[in-house]
Amino acid sequence: MDSINARFKLDWPGFTLDVDLALPGRGVTALFGHSGSGKTTLLRCLAGLERASHGRLEFKGQIWQDENTWLPTHQRPIGYVFQEASLFAHLNVLGNLNFGLKRSATAQRVGLEQAIELLGIGHLLDRKPDTLSGGERQRVGIARALAVGPEILLMDEPLAALDLKRKQEILPYLERLHDELAIPIIYVSHSPDEVARLADHIVAMEGGRVVAHGPLGATLARLDLPIRLGEDAGVVLDATVGEVDAEWHLACVDFAGGGLWTRDLGLPTGKRVRVRVLARDVSLAVHHPEPSSIQNVLDGTVESMGADDHPGLLLVRVQVGASQLVARLTRRSAAQLGIAPGLPVSVQIKSVALME
Amino acid sequence: MLTDSDLQAIWLTTRLAGITTVILLLVGTPIAWLLARSRSWWKGPLGAVVALPLVLPPSVLGFYLLLAMGPQGPVGQLTASLGLGVLPFTFWGLVVASSFYSLPFMVQPLQNAFESIGERPLEVAATLRASPLDTFFSVVLPLAKPGFITAGVLTFAHTVGEFGVVLMIGGNIPGVTRVASVQIYDHVEAMEYADAHRLAAVMLIFSFTVLLAMYLRRPKPARGD
Repeated sequence: MDSINARFKLDWPGFTLDVDLALPGRGVTALFGHSGSGKTTLLRCLAGLERASHGRLEFKGQIWQDENTWLPTHQRPIGYVFQEASLFAHLNVLGNLNFGLKRSATAQRVGLEQAIELLGIGHLLDRKPDTLSGGERQRVGIARALAVGPEILLMDEPLAALDLKRKQEILPYLERLHDELAIPIIYVSHSPDEVARLADHIVAMEGGRVVAHGPLGATLARLDLPIRLGEDAGVVLDATVGEVDAEWHLACVDFAGGGLWTRDLGLPTGKRVRVRVLARDVSLAVHHPEPSSIQNVLDGTVESMGADDHPGLLLVRVQVGASQLVARLTRRSAAQLGIAPGLPVSVQIKSVALME
Repeated sequence: MLTDSDLQAIWLTTRLAGITTVILLLVGTPIAWLLARSRSWWKGPLGAVVALPLVLPPSVLGFYLLLAMGPQGPVGQLTASLGLGVLPFTFWGLVVASSFYSLPFMVQPLQNAFESIGERPLEVAATLRASPLDTFFSVVLPLAKPGFITAGVLTFAHTVGEFGVVLMIGGNIPGVTRVASVQIYDHVEAMEYADAHRLAAVMLIFSFTVLLAMYLRRPKPARGD
């Protein structure tokens, strides 16, 4: 009742979309895949911008599409953010924000003010779109989608058209959306980094089909994930900021399985954070290792092993307390160490990335 | 200076061009929209029909319109049964003929303007709760404004300059169908070269000014982003 049930079959020359999904009705769900995997098409089907010949879409109990029903886009309670901000060139920023607000029965002034505040665009309201930077335009585009008071926010790679600097400028705003919005967000992306930072759930797509989906942590820790992440393989852990070592400017983040020391970013103790641990930064030792420069050493048990992109490499999933980490080893070192499921190991973690 | 009959011809020409432009704005806009948006098979044939007056000799167009609007023609019988009489050799007959003759000058700039707007602003409007009709008035019209100005100016100027169709449909009735271009022809026929010169100069200056104004404006292409 609280979820989104989507079934779409669509046949285009050279491309087929065939999905049958239940998407969670809360949190950020990432539609993740390479270009051409059908993730944007799926999002457009959800919005009604594309009409799958065979499809059924139920949003929290309301039918948006089935054999007899077709709710046109302008009647769906959605907010949609396009890859390019696509602001109306003939209106200024406020005019763009008001466009949907005026036409939406569910929109409220408060929603507009909240959107302006959330995206930090209060100082841009009387500017014309062509005087804004790419990052500012995209923030206005997101605020415009929020101002209609949507029941679901659909975002199509909102960062893809921006350079790295602009991405860094917008990501914090997206993280705020994640924290402060009560509505579900469907976020299309091909960037493992964005997914790790923003998503709660992940739907991995390839060739117009869903190849894996589930909660972010568990899905990323799967070794049989059909989408090869290469250098981006790794896990995301939910953690809280704990002890701070003022002398060495380090902070400990605690997750279900232990603590990890990382640079102290000045976050308050008790703050919930995400920690991304890439497989390439994790190594395993059979005996307790000699003292080394690596600060984070945890005890774990080998849980399973799987293939990596390169035939010389291996991904190893290790149970550490209630959490799982993934390590990338060469096949030779795995053989020499006798890595096998059930083997107790020391897990050495070279670096972790903290995401608020 | 210009004679009274010259001024009468100029006023008639202006009225004809103005009314034709208004009619074509109303008729040409939906045609241009269909041509810009449709992916249907009939888009090609419709586009060709609209463009015909560009290549057809005006006398040919005028000949067929004369037949259609004459007492024996289907349009003529319709107008007669409606109590409007027959249209050839009347001002309104000229208006109808001019509307056909200048159609491509309205439709083609509008079609280009609509096409250059693209799909995206329409999709954005839909996600912001605007119905298709609402979108047309609140998004398409403002974005296509430069196209409308170009189309309107070209249509007006082109109608001012028509000659062949006027002769076929309107003849040469002072104050009713004798437009400026026909008046010049009359002057030359009567060897009144000085009069012809003055009126011709007015036409030349008008045409040049209109085109100059349009090129100076050089509207930036309408874009959705």
